[in-house]
Parts: sequence; structure tokens; C-alpha cells
Amino acid sequence: MSAPSPAVPLPPPGHAAGRTPPVVRGALPGLGHLLELRRAPLELMQRVRDECGDVGEMRWAGQRVVLLSGEKAQEAFFRAPEEQLDQAAAYPFTKPIFGQGVVFDTGVEQRKQAIKNRSLRDEYMRGHAEVIASETELMVQGFGQGGTLDLLDFFSELTIYTSSSCLLGHEFREELTPEFALAYKDLERGTDAFAYVNPHLPLPSFRKRDRARARLVELVSEIIERRRREGRETTDLLSVLTRIRNPDGRLRYDADQITGMFIAMMFAGHHTTSGTAAWTLIELLRHPEFMRRVVDELDSLYADGREVSYQALREIPELENAIKEALRLHPPLIILMRKVMRDFEVGGFRIEAGKLVAVSPAVSNRMPENFPDPTRYDPDRYGAGREEDRQSFAWIPFGAGRHRCVGAAFAMMQLKAIFSVLLRGFRFEMAEPPESYRNDHSRMVVQLRQPCRVRYRRRAAAGAAGP
Amino acid sequence: MRIRVDFDLCQGHGVCRNEAPEVFDVDRECEQVVVKQEHPPESLREKVRAAVRFCPTLALSIEEE
Repeated sequence: MSAPSPAVPLPPPGHAAGRTPPVVRGALPGLGHLLELRRAPLELMQRVRDECGDVGEMRWAGQRVVLLSGEKAQEAFFRAPEEQLDQAAAYPFTKPIFGQGVVFDTGVEQRKQAIKNRSLRDEYMRGHAEVIASETELMVQGFGQGGTLDLLDFFSELTIYTSSSCLLGHEFREELTPEFALAYKDLERGTDAFAYVNPHLPLPSFRKRDRARARLVELVSEIIERRRREGRETTDLLSVLTRIRNPDGRLRYDADQITGMFIAMMFAGHHTTSGTAAWTLIELLRHPEFMRRVVDELDSLYADGREVSYQALREIPELENAIKEALRLHPPLIILMRKVMRDFEVGGFRIEAGKLVAVSPAVSNRMPENFPDPTRYDPDRYGAGREEDRQSFAWIPFGAGRHRCVGAAFAMMQLKAIFSVLLRGFRFEMAEPPESYRNDHSRMVVQLRQPCRVRYRRRAAAGAAGP
Repeated sequence: MRIRVDFDLCQGHGVCRNEAPEVFDVDRECEQVVVKQEHPPESLREKVRAAVRFCPTLALSIEEE
């Protein structure tokens, strides 16, 4: 803006806009840190912060990825305008999952549309709560008096039904079978970090991913066909999309494209909610004093006889804090990324266009400067006077800024509804050694490692605050 | 009191409008919050406080004057 004053010496050439970020140790020729990323991503990212500080670089094969950590650098990441840090270009592993022309997270404009039209608005929450409660009831109907369930299988299937029903419409949900959930799981498993080399490498998990996607297209085609044959009047999103025509009269979307849109719409809310439900339960089972507080809270809340659809929208502090603490310790997305479109300066470093920048919720949520005694499970950190989740650029299981998860409120409500049904109806106990429940970090989509079973027993008088 | 909005954070969820319709609205065009009263009266403090508290993106704050 103003000419440099002659009294101030000019910085040496090449350093005019900050230093180049340091690279974390241990890069292998060609592959860089890719193998470590696949084996132990949390340790790798923590090592970047420990060795390099707030700004440090990793190499994923040919891709340079600068990890930003610490509240200040993270704030710069979350506040950067779209023209500088672009989200759409940063997730190549989702392209073969969604298909041509569907991105993981659409631009800011489409997100606003999602809030406006696609049923994430505040006003729709009550209806959604009702759907979620009845889907959960349906899942536990066949439970009997007691037994064992696998947390990954159970919550994955449940959240396929809840998210399809709430986001795509109940008519579509009615036509889904467990096969849809199984194929969806193979899609999520097809997110190996080798996608950063090439998402079409001949890996078994990539082949399975492509077969699963083809099967989902078949299932959706069958639904479209059946509707056409039976001539039923339907009003959900599927029927709207199958009726849109181009100006030349031809149908705008084929089954492949519609399936891609549906997969994408469900993607953000599926494995994330499913994993958080599982971790909320696991941590409560590991910490029985908090489980007791949550169950007592639910029992007394529901003593007024009102429905889940009403209660899940109210504050349920003990349960909410337990969910928040599960989210802090086990964030479903461990890394958030953007592509640098214009050179980006942060903390005295210059990050060149073409690199990726990343923030890790897993690293951030355990920064001791923001979360005292960070590895300790302590839902009371969200209680009055502490409210550690109000550090918007440090407590970031949902991200922050423009791209913050638009479904965050929906997800919290959904988890409250699910646990309102489960914890009032059943008592749970761990069926594995407590410390053996772990996430599988070998894929970009983090999921629980199996076996991850729990035992359940039906409570005598569900919801009754007995003597 | 004075209302502060961080427009980098607001996503137009409209929770504030539901909590304190006298003070907040959501613009149809840009889908972000519109503050109808930048200096709301004390009588609305509780409602405004709820709006700040339940904003899903923590985009609102109250500044004491």
C-alpha cells in the first residue's frame, strides 16, 4: 500500500512474505509420510505439532500438506475466504464415491440452500426427532430381554435409516433394506489414504468401493422402476429429481447421478453420527459415575410423560456434555483440509498455492493450553463456569467458520433422541476389555475397529424412576 | 448492551430469530442474520442471552456498554 520507508531494511529476496514451513522428520523417498499416515495418523499429526510448532509440513506421496495447529493458526484457516483456501479440491478420495460432478462439501451458496430447503432448519427438528425415536424403537424391537450387539453394525444401520428418512424423505426410507446399509459401509471403507496417490489404484478396498457404488445405483434404479410401474404418487426428493427435464425434454438426472447425490447428502451425517453414538456409549460404560448421572437425568426428565420428539429438543445437560466429551476425544473427522489457491501467510510462514493446508480436530481437541488435563474424560468441562466448548477455534469436532458442519444441531438432537430410547429401555455393559475399543485409522473415514460388542439387558420398568 | 455479529461464522440457521424475533431476523437473500435492534432494551436481555447461547455457530455476542 505505502512505499517501504528507506529506514527499514528490505527482507532478503525469497523471504519477502514469510519463511517456508519446516517439514516433519521421517519422509521416505517418493512416498513421504504416506505410510505413517495410513498406519498412525494421529501420532503423525501430533508429531508435526511437537516437532514443527503451529505450522509444519507433511508429504503425502507427491502432495505437500501443511498442518496448522494452535488456536491462532486454526482461526486463520477457518476464516480464510473461499478464493484463497478452497474446500472442494481437497478431498480426492470422495470423487469415486460420489461420482462425477458431486463434491464432498459444496460451496457456501449451496450450503445456505441446504439450510434453507433441505430440512436442516430449526423448524423441522421436531419432526426429525419423532422419526429418529421411532427408527431406534424399530431397531430394538427384536432385542428380546438381553443379548449382545456390535456397536459399529448397529449404529451404522440405524443411522442409514435415520439420515435417509430425515434428509431424503420417509417414502425413500421405506424402500431401503439392510443391503443398502451394507453396501454403504463398503463405500466408507474405500477411503484409503492411497487415494492421494491415485483413487483408482488396484487395491481390494477400492475395487470393493466401486462394486458397492454400482450396487447402490442398481438399488436406487429398482426403486425408481418400481415406482414407475406401480404409478404411485410420491412427493419425496427422489420423485422430484426423477421428474426434472432439460429444455429439450430429456430427463435431467439418471439413476447414477441421483444415487451420487444421495450418497453425498448422507455421507457427512452417517459415519460421523454413528461413530459418535458408539463412543458416547463406550465412554459412559468406562465411567459408570457419569452413566449414572445421565440415566438419572433421563429418567427424571421423562417422568413428565412427554414424548422423545419433545424432549430431544430440550436441554439435556448431562447427556449433552457426555456427547461433547466423546466428540472431543474421538472426533469423527480427524483432519479437515483446503487447497491453497493463492499464497497464504500464517504465523510468519508462507504457504504456496497448490499445497494443501489442514487442521486436525484430533490434535486441536487435546491441546493442553485449551483443555486442561486433555486426555482425561471429563464431561464437566462443559458445565457452568468452564464451558470449554465455547472456544470456537479450539473445540472443533464440527469444524468452525463458514464450513462448520451445517448438521451439527441436527446431529446433537439425533444423538439425544437415540440415547433417550436406548438408555431408558436398556442397561449396557462392555463385552470387550475396556481399553480394547479403538478406532480404525487406516481409512480417511474413521470407524470403530471390530470386535466392538456390548451386552444389553432390558430394564424392568423402562423410564420409571423406581425406588 | 450492544449486539455483535461475526459474519465469518453466521450460517443463517435462524435460531436467534426464534429466540428473540424482536431483535433478529434472517436475510432471505444472503441468508445471514440481520440485527433489527443493535441496542436492544434491557427487557429483552433474557431472550438475547438465549439467542447468543443457542447460536449453533457461536456467531453472536453481547457487548456491555
